[in-house]
Amino acid sequence: MFDTNELVLNMGPQHPSTHGVLRVVLRLDGEKVVDSDVVIGYLHRGIEKLSENRNWTQIILLTDRMDYVAAAINNVGYCETVEKLMSLEVPRRARYVRTILCELQRIASHCLWVGTHAMDIGAMTVFLYAFRERELILDLFEEFCGARLTYNSMRIGGLPLDIPPGWDKKVLEFCKIMDSKIDEYEELLTHNRIWLERTRGIGVISGPHAVALGLSGPPLRGSGVPRDVRKDEPYAAYDEMQFDVPIGLAGDTYDRYLVRMEEFRQSLRIIRQGTEGIPEGPIVGKVPRLIKPPAGETYHAIESPKGELGYFIVSDGKSTNPYRFRVRPPSFCNLQGLRTLIKGHLIADVVALIGSLDVVLGEVDR
Amino acid sequence: MGQAIAFYTLAAFILGFAVLVVTTKDTVHSVLFLVLDFLFVAALYVLLDAPFLAVIQVLVYAGGIVVLYLFVVMLVNLKRPPEAHHDPHRRTKLGLFLAVAVLLELGAIAVYQTTRPVLSVPGAPMPVTGNTEQVGWLLYTSYLIPFEIASMLLLVAMIGAIVLAKREL
Amino acid sequence: MIDQFVIPLLKIVIVLNATLVAVSYMVLLERKVIAWAQSRLGPMRVGPYGILQPVADAVKLMIKEDITPVRADRWVFTAAPIISMVPALIVYAVIPFGPKVSLFGRQVSLSITDVNVGLLYVVSVASVGVYGIILAGYASNSKYPLLASLRASAQLISYEVAVTLTLVSVVLMAGTLSMVSIVDAQYNGRVWFAFVQPVAFVVFFIGALAETNRAPFDMPEAEQELTGGFHTEYSGMRFALFFLAEYANVIVASSVATTLFLGGWLRPFPNVAMLRFLGFIPSWTWFLIKSFVFLYIFIWVRATLPRYRYDQLMRLGWKVLIPLAIANLVVTGIVKVLLS
Repeated sequence: MFDTNELVLNMGPQHPSTHGVLRVVLRLDGEKVVDSDVVIGYLHRGIEKLSENRNWTQIILLTDRMDYVAAAINNVGYCETVEKLMSLEVPRRARYVRTILCELQRIASHCLWVGTHAMDIGAMTVFLYAFRERELILDLFEEFCGARLTYNSMRIGGLPLDIPPGWDKKVLEFCKIMDSKIDEYEELLTHNRIWLERTRGIGVISGPHAVALGLSGPPLRGSGVPRDVRKDEPYAAYDEMQFDVPIGLAGDTYDRYLVRMEEFRQSLRIIRQGTEGIPEGPIVGKVPRLIKPPAGETYHAIESPKGELGYFIVSDGKSTNPYRFRVRPPSFCNLQGLRTLIKGHLIADVVALIGSLDVVLGEVDR
Repeated sequence: MGQAIAFYTLAAFILGFAVLVVTTKDTVHSVLFLVLDFLFVAALYVLLDAPFLAVIQVLVYAGGIVVLYLFVVMLVNLKRPPEAHHDPHRRTKLGLFLAVAVLLELGAIAVYQTTRPVLSVPGAPMPVTGNTEQVGWLLYTSYLIPFEIASMLLLVAMIGAIVLAKREL
Repeated sequence: MIDQFVIPLLKIVIVLNATLVAVSYMVLLERKVIAWAQSRLGPMRVGPYGILQPVADAVKLMIKEDITPVRADRWVFTAAPIISMVPALIVYAVIPFGPKVSLFGRQVSLSITDVNVGLLYVVSVASVGVYGIILAGYASNSKYPLLASLRASAQLISYEVAVTLTLVSVVLMAGTLSMVSIVDAQYNGRVWFAFVQPVAFVVFFIGALAETNRAPFDMPEAEQELTGGFHTEYSGMRFALFFLAEYANVIVASSVATTLFLGGWLRPFPNVAMLRFLGFIPSWTWFLIKSFVFLYIFIWVRATLPRYRYDQLMRLGWKVLIPLAIANLVVTGIVKVLLS
């Protein structure tokens, strides 16, 4: 009788819940998403190309700027790739400290995620609680390397400096505080009726489909695929650590949430083991004065809080900068799933799903 | 005297807004004038010492029905070309016919009132005082059958609307 | 002369001003309470403990540039904030803050007026408030406000049904529509209606949350979904009016809930002679205390709960609250007939 028109709604890049500068063009029927178009590139800084003109050590600080909420993990991933290319041996102490820093960073990143995800769904208190704890981690990092966001905290072959005295005790103290705080977040969300209604059955994706879309990290594990680089291809000191890889069953937003909440606890477990078992020894291996990897190429992946973070580096063996530098950013690959996930859901679910993929636009656009 | 001034002022406003409702080009504005009209009618009821009716007028007409009008006006694309009809003056004719019918009815009422004395409220004298109570009393005693018929009518209309809306599902 | 014009005018002036001050301080209260819930301090810079923050806010909003979008419907765009503010204020005409008291040798009732159809008046005025939101969304000529205003009006209309049905059960209990008489009925019945009508009380409270567009039902202004909601295109004083209207509505809802369910101005256990010493606290203070408790819960809920999705909200309204309210009404009616 009346003609119904589809409404094209432009969400972002200046939208409060697209986590930066993501732009999603939605085609709506009422409030239901019929189709969507995910537009990226608003934060492109050409990090990959820039890296081809920097020497190997300078690149470390460029990697900070990719996933800026988990900078240390980016550093570790890059340094290990170069070490693999140069077949460098990293001392055990350095590997342990790297593991601790990675896991602290994972908690910090997940804190930011749980805060913003809950905020998108309307629970704003969790956001401030999570930031309170993230602050403690930032303090630890500040004590370790002097910076709070972009750490530049690794060197090829080891660490720039040893951990300050008493730092390990502070880390253990933090673990104790964090234990109870995770329960606090879960109290506010996990069994909350509204939270359940908002996340259960939203954005369901099956395991094989998730693999086909190239998802990784918690979005993949939420669908029941037990893939974790830390377990499957251990790096740093993960082969010496005891931890479990939580997986979800339903593959919906709620399971992705549960997976990340359990990862908090597993990270704490790893940090405890690492801190208690830090071996003595040097912090840098035998690294040549002039870093010049032999000609060749290599790919090395680590588990970032967002998923599988891989570096592909080609060296021509002659110059002091990489010939080709390429990153496989987990956020970018996970974002591919967004269009599939939001189809048929409502606008309110779109923000919940962007939150549940936990993308960082600095990493998507590089 | 004061009452007369109030009545004529209100009546002027009501008629003025009514004219604006039909002459305004923008449909949304026209609906808004309708709301104002209803509010002034409510004021007229207050003047007639019928606060219950006044409040119901605001609640049902201004607060309920016109909101639905607004929805329809806002959401339905009104800029469709008018469909071709063999008689282009069809609407004018219909309007004229309706206007004449209403005028005749008003005239009939006026004549009837001057020739026949005003009927008192039918039925027994009411055992209740207060405007709301009196309305309730009348509705459930003398006017019970019309009241029930009206509710049946509304029920049927409601079911009809649901059936129409659900047909596609 | 004095009784007819001067005193009512004085009352109106006092109540309106008190309300506006209360509304602006409600904003501060909300910020403070939420800050405490989130282990922050809240506003601290303007005046000691930030108590002058509302003044600073008002000055800021008034000197801000007032922008009207080019394609907006100018008249409606200007009228919308006013339309949403006025109903929130005129409701106070029937809200009783206390019984008759003697003031300077004159019997003065602590309500602007006590009309026969007070409760219906509240409901009908509240139903007009929806126009502000619809028109704001329409007149902005922008997609987000339009979506938000559709959500808002659908939400308001559906929850109004549930709320009104609960009010009917209160009316059944009290046997009157006058606000003052409803409080008197609670005095004579020796019990607050919140205890005899717990279902109605809960449904009313949830409905009030939804009708005032507060969390967890704050879809129309869900910042994370629809940017600013229906007032996305508004700035300066017009935005402030929407903002104030929301808080004024919250205060209205609290006052109505206090009057209907918590015995209005009555002190706790008004019929127990042993507690007569509580009488040194004036009646209107009890009213304010009870309203304050409601305001606090409103804020508390906002700090705690996530937001419902729009369709879930509608389902809750139509499939849970309205049937519950109807069932409650029927049971109330039956019990009332059986007892009499």
